[in-house]
Amino acid sequence: MLAVEVSHIAKCFADKVAVDNLSFSVIQGEMFGLIGPNGAGKTTTIRMMMDILKPDSGEVTIFGEKLNEATKNRLGYLPEERGLYKKLKVIDSIVYLASLKGVDRHSAAEKANELLNQTGMLASKNKKIEELSRGMGQIIQFIVTIIHDPQLLVLDEPFAGLDPVNTELLKGMLADLRNQGKAVILSTHQMNQVEELCDRILMINNGQSVLYGDLGEIKARYRGDSVLLDSEGELGEVPGVTSKRTHKGYTELVLDGRTTPQEILAHLISRSTVINRFEVATPSLNEIFLKEVGKKS
Amino acid sequence: MNKTLLIFRHEFRHMIKRKAFIILTLIVPVLALVGIGVFQLVSTGGPPVVETFSIGYVDEAFGFDQCTTQGYVELVHFDTPGDAKTALINGDVSEYFVIPLDYLSTGVINRYTLKRQLETPPAIATAIKNFLTSNMLADKVPPETVYRIKYPLELVTTRLTETGEVATEQGGYGNVIIPAIFSLLLALSLQASTIYLVQGLGDEKESRLIEVLLSSVSPRQLLTGKVLGLGTAGLVQVVIWLASLPLLLNLASSTIGGFFGTIQLPANFLVLGIAYFILGYSLFAALSAGVGAISPSAREGQQLSMIYAMLVYVPLWFASFLFIFPDSPIWSVLTIFPVTAPIAAMLKLGVTGIAAWELAASLAVLVLSIILVMFLAIRAFRVYLLMYGKRPSWGEIIRSLRSG
Repeated sequence: MLAVEVSHIAKCFADKVAVDNLSFSVIQGEMFGLIGPNGAGKTTTIRMMMDILKPDSGEVTIFGEKLNEATKNRLGYLPEERGLYKKLKVIDSIVYLASLKGVDRHSAAEKANELLNQTGMLASKNKKIEELSRGMGQIIQFIVTIIHDPQLLVLDEPFAGLDPVNTELLKGMLADLRNQGKAVILSTHQMNQVEELCDRILMINNGQSVLYGDLGEIKARYRGDSVLLDSEGELGEVPGVTSKRTHKGYTELVLDGRTTPQEILAHLISRSTVINRFEVATPSLNEIFLKEVGKKS
Repeated sequence: MNKTLLIFRHEFRHMIKRKAFIILTLIVPVLALVGIGVFQLVSTGGPPVVETFSIGYVDEAFGFDQCTTQGYVELVHFDTPGDAKTALINGDVSEYFVIPLDYLSTGVINRYTLKRQLETPPAIATAIKNFLTSNMLADKVPPETVYRIKYPLELVTTRLTETGEVATEQGGYGNVIIPAIFSLLLALSLQASTIYLVQGLGDEKESRLIEVLLSSVSPRQLLTGKVLGLGTAGLVQVVIWLASLPLLLNLASSTIGGFFGTIQLPANFLVLGIAYFILGYSLFAALSAGVGAISPSAREGQQLSMIYAMLVYVPLWFASFLFIFPDSPIWSVLTIFPVTAPIAAMLKLGVTGIAAWELAASLAVLVLSIILVMFLAIRAFRVYLLMYGKRPSWGEIIRSLRSG
C-alpha cells in the first residue's frame, strides 16, 4: 500500500524554482530517504506533502487521499527547525500537541510517560521547555512526533544537533517503527545516515529528481569494474586485471570488463593467497551524488 | 474534541493564567474597593481640618476694612506696601495685594507673590473678589443681597423627553463617569488582546512551532481557535468589570454619597459595552492576525500593531473636546471610523447619547471592516506564515493579497 504518492509537483518562490515536476511514492513499511544538498528543495517538498504550502501544480495524496483532518492524525511530522511552547511544561506540551492529533488527554499522558521513560527524560517531565538543553528539546519534539502512533513519519533532518548517544537512540527507535510497518520519510543532506537506514531513496538537486529507487539497486548500478583487496604477500600478475592502484591498507584491482569479481576471487583462492578483505568496489551515495550532479552541470 | 475547540481551550487557559491578565482584570474592582475603604476610614475620624492662610493687603483707596475673613483666607491689613512686602519676605503672609487710590475707576488690583504661577489660583481670586464686593456694598444693601450678588446662580437643569416628561437620564458628569472609565478599560483590554495575539503568533513563527501545528490543524482552525480563545478571555475581563460597576457604584453611593450619588449608567450601556467589545475585539484580532502573518518576529509584530493599537486611544485624547463641543462632526467621524468606534461610541453614549442613525452606521461599518480585514488577514496568513527573518515589502504584500 502506498503511504505517499507525489505526482508532478512544482513550486516557485518569486523567480526561483524550488521544486520542479517532482514525482515519487513511499510504500507502507519502508524507510525512504529524501536526500540532496542544502537548498535542493527537500523541505519545500515536505511542506507541500504536509499541506503547509500549496503546490503550484501537481498533486499529493497521503494514504490514497488528499490530506485532511483524518489523515493528518495518521502522520507525524518533525520539521527541520524545531520549536515548542517555551513556557509550557514538557508533559503539558506533549499532551496538548497529542490532543491536536486526536489522542484523548488521558491516553496522551500515559503514552507520554512511557516514551519519556524510554528516552530517559522522565525526570524532566515537569520542567518547562525553556529549561531543557537543545538536544533534550529535540528528543521531546521527537516524542511529540510519534506519540499518536502515526502510520507515516516525516522527519526533516532528525539527527541534526544530536549527540552520538541520542543519535543512536533515535536510530533504534526509527528502526523499531519501520519494523512495526510504519512508513518513515527521512530527509537529510547527511548521506551516510541514509545509506545506513533507508530502503529506497529520492535524490534531488535544484528541485529536480536526480536518482530514485531501491538503494541497493542504485548502488549496484554505479558499481565500478574494480575490486578492493587486502591480502598478504606479493600479489603478482592476476589475469583479467588491467591495472592496480595501491591505497592505504588495500589495493584496488581494475578489471578488464570481461572478467567478473567472482572469477578474480576464485583465481586468488586457487593460488592460496591469504585474503583479509575482498570487496566489490561500490561508490558511496555521496560519490554517486557528486557524479550525477557533475553530469547535469 | 473538535480541534478548533482544543486550540480555543488551550489559548483561553493560557491567557487567564497570565499574571498581567489577572492583575488587569482585578485591579479595577480592587482599586475601587480600596478607595471606598480608605474614604470610610478617613471619614470616621470627623470632618477634615482645613488650614486657613493669610494674605496681606494695603488699602490706598480707603474704605476696605470689613469682612476680612473670606472662606479659608484671612486678610491682614498693612498700612504701607513696604510693611506688606516685609511681612511677605518674613513669611507672615503668603502674598499681598494693593488696592490703589483710583481702584473704583480702573478696577486694577496689584498682587505680589513669591511664587511663580501661570495665573492667580481661583480660590485666591474668589476670596479677593468677595472681599472687595462685600466692602463696597456694606451698609448699602442687606447682607442677603450681598450674598446673592456674590453667588448669583444656582443653576438646576432638568432634561425633558420629547413628550415633555422628565427624562430618566439627566446627563451631567454623573452620566459620563462610568462610560469614560469603561472606555479607558476597553481601550486597555483591546490593546492587551492585540499584544497577546501578535506575540503568540510571532512566538509560534519564531520557534517554528507553527509547522508542527499546521501538520495537525488547518490555518483556519488555528486562527479561529486563537482568536476565540483570547477573545473569550477578554470578554470575561470586560464582563467582570461591567458586573462590578453597578455593585461598586451602589456601595460608593451609599457610603460616600455626594457626587457618587449622581452617577448613572446610561441606557443600553451594558448591551452596547459588550457589543462594542466583541466587534472591536474581532476587528483588532483580524488586524493582529494579518500583522502576525507578515511580521518576521514577535518584536516587529508588536511595533507594527502599535499603529492601530494607539489609534484606539484617540477618542480619549480628545475627550475634553467632546465635553466642550459635543455636537462637533468630528465625534460622528470617530464614532463611525472602525478603529476608534468602540471607544468613541461609549464616550458619546455617556455625554450626549448616540443618535440611532449614528449607532447603526457605526455598527455596520465595524461589521463590514471586520469581514474585509478578516478576509485579507487569512490570505496574508496563508502566504506569509512560514516567512521568518525577513519582512516582505508593502508592494509584495499588496501583490500577494491581490493574487491570493
